[in-house]
Amino acid sequence: MASQNRPLSPHLQVYKPQLTSVLSITHRATGIALAAGTLLLVCWLLAAATGESAFADVQAFNASWIGKLLLFGWSYALFYHMCNGIRHLFWDAGKGLELETAYMTGRLVVAASIVLTVGVWVWAYASMGAF
Amino acid sequence: MSLRSPLGKVRGLGSAKEGVAHWWAQRMTAVALVPLLIWFVASICVMTGADYDAFRDWIATPLVSVLLVLLAIAVFHHAQLGLQVVIEDYVHAEWLKIASIALVKFAAIGLAVATVFSIVKIALG
Repeated sequence: MASQNRPLSPHLQVYKPQLTSVLSITHRATGIALAAGTLLLVCWLLAAATGESAFADVQAFNASWIGKLLLFGWSYALFYHMCNGIRHLFWDAGKGLELETAYMTGRLVVAASIVLTVGVWVWAYASMGAF
Repeated sequence: MSLRSPLGKVRGLGSAKEGVAHWWAQRMTAVALVPLLIWFVASICVMTGADYDAFRDWIATPLVSVLLVLLAIAVFHHAQLGLQVVIEDYVHAEWLKIASIALVKFAAIGLAVATVFSIVKIALG
């Protein structure tokens, strides 16, 4: 069908990456990553429902370096997707669409997601009595 | 020469009038997920290092069970709506698009049921 060959927008390869476009595709990427991350959440609850040894296996995975790396990545993805999602909700309400505001809120999202991620990990380690 | 009328040619190719419901459900689950996830992440921080029994006792608390079930429903509904849009944007072969979306929807329902069942099993002991 002719419609198969229609040009598709946007042509990412001819655009210089900008903060706004990079944050936009990051929203998608973090969304996909979080959907994959739900698998761990399900395993963890299923294990808790199954029994002590299954739960210990999942906890051991979470405590391994690969488990921690995944959890750290997912915690950042979660905070990024949440902060940028709130930015999207304001846009949906017609607020903050001016270029200058969109850049300002974009920088705010990046800063907030980093602060929240670091804060949560400090909190988690503190509640284990690490400090 | 085709005997099909111009209207007949375009029927079924345009909007199915379902876009608004999809868009709105995506936003409503997003709004619900903000407080639910703040509560969930804060709870996990507090529960870090908790043993098996403490963790199960926490899940079995009625308010926690209810919030976890709500979280599971909102998360999997939001996730499958979002993944559907991603697939529709990037997968252009019709059969693969439909198969991928169906797979995502089946997986979301399966995972949501597994999560809710686990919570209920722990909650009811």
